[in-house]
Amino acid sequence: MAFIDYYKVLGLDKTASADDIKKAYRKLARKHHPDMNPNDKEANLKFQQINEANEVLSDPDKRKKYDEYGENWKHAEQFEHAKQQQQQQGYTYGGQTGFEGFGGDFSGEHFSDFFESLFGRGGGSGRRSQAKYRGQDYQAELHLGLREAATTHQHTLKVNDQNVRITIPAGIANGQVIKLKGHGAPGGNGGPAGDLYITFIVEDDEHFKRSGDDLYANVDVDLYTALLGGDITFDTLNGKVKLKVKPETQNGTKVRLKGKGFPKYKTEGEAGDLIITYNVILPTGLSEKEKELIRELASVSSKN
Amino acid sequence: MISITHYCTIHNIDTSFVHALADEGLIVLTIATDGPFIEEEQLPDLESYTRWHYEMGVNTEGIDVIRHLLERIRNMQGEMHNLRMRLSLYEDGD
Repeated sequence: MAFIDYYKVLGLDKTASADDIKKAYRKLARKHHPDMNPNDKEANLKFQQINEANEVLSDPDKRKKYDEYGENWKHAEQFEHAKQQQQQQGYTYGGQTGFEGFGGDFSGEHFSDFFESLFGRGGGSGRRSQAKYRGQDYQAELHLGLREAATTHQHTLKVNDQNVRITIPAGIANGQVIKLKGHGAPGGNGGPAGDLYITFIVEDDEHFKRSGDDLYANVDVDLYTALLGGDITFDTLNGKVKLKVKPETQNGTKVRLKGKGFPKYKTEGEAGDLIITYNVILPTGLSEKEKELIRELASVSSKN
Repeated sequence: MISITHYCTIHNIDTSFVHALADEGLIVLTIATDGPFIEEEQLPDLESYTRWHYEMGVNTEGIDVIRHLLERIRNMQGEMHNLRMRLSLYEDGD
C-alpha cells in the first residue's frame, strides 16, 4: 500500500490555509464530481481521491496527524494494529458495494486502504453521514447473451444479502437501463431508500448482429446453388427456415425475412426483421475434370 | 411527499435555498397547511442540487445551466451508443 500525497492530489503545498483547501477542493469537485460526469468511472475514481484528500486536509485533527507521520506512517506504532487488521494489499479505493458484478455509485464514504490504516475504518468525518437522507442509488450491470435477451425470463440478483427476482422482458436493448425503485441503500433519518439501476449489456452473438429489432446474418451459398437456384435451411432465433435462393443470385445479395428478427420489447408477438446476406463461396481444389468443364463454360460464355 | 422543513433540518441547510430552486423552476413544491413538500420523485434532483450548491459553490442559475448541459451530455451519450451499435454492423466479426 502506497503513501498518498493528499496535498498533491489537491494541487497544494503544505502551507495551504483552510481556505486554500476549500477552494482547491471545490474547483476540482466541479470538474470531477460524478454528478458532472455521468457514466464516467474514471471521474468517479478521481473524485474519490479528491474527496479523501479533502476529508483529511479540511479536518484539523486529521491534517495534524497526517502531517506528523506523513510518509513514515508505517512506522508509527499506533498504526500497526490497524494495519494488521487490513489484510488487503495494494492501493485501492473501495468502490464496490459487496455484491458480485455490481458497483455502487459514489457515496462519499469510500476511502483508500492508506486512509483506513491511518484513521481506521469509518474514519470519515461523518459530515456527510449527518446529511444522510435518501439512500444511495446502486448501479449494476447485467450481461446477457443475445439469445437470452430474446426471451422473457427471470433472473435473481443478490442485493444487500437479499434476493431480488426480476423479469427481463424479451427484446431488451443493449445499454437499456431499468430502475428498481427502493432497491438501493436504505435511507437515513427517515428518508426513502435509494434505487437500483440495472444496465443491460447484451453480448454479441456468433451468428447474428443486432440493430434495434432487426437481426443481420451472413449465409454461405455454394456457387452452383447461387447460379442455378435452390433451397437452403437457416437457423433463426426461433427455429429453422427454408430459404429459396433464386437462380443467378449475386454475392452480397440481401433478403429480408419479415418478423424473423429480434422480439420487440414489451410488444407480444411482434419482432423485427432478419436480414440475410448471401455469401457466395467459390469452389477450391478443382479436379481436372471440373477445370475442363469450367473452361468449356467460359468459352461458351465468352461467345455470348 | 417529503417535508421541506424536515429535509432542510436533516441536511442542515436553509429553506431559502429550496425556495430559490423552486423560484428558478428547478423543482416543484407542493404547499400544504403544514408547510411546503416535495414529491419523492424529485428528491434525487433536490439532493444533487444541494450538493452542487453547498459542496461546489454553484448558485441556482449555475445549477440550471449544469442541468441543461448534463441533459445534452446524456442525450449525446445515448446517440453515441446507438451509432456504435450501428457501426458494429459494418465492422468485421464474421
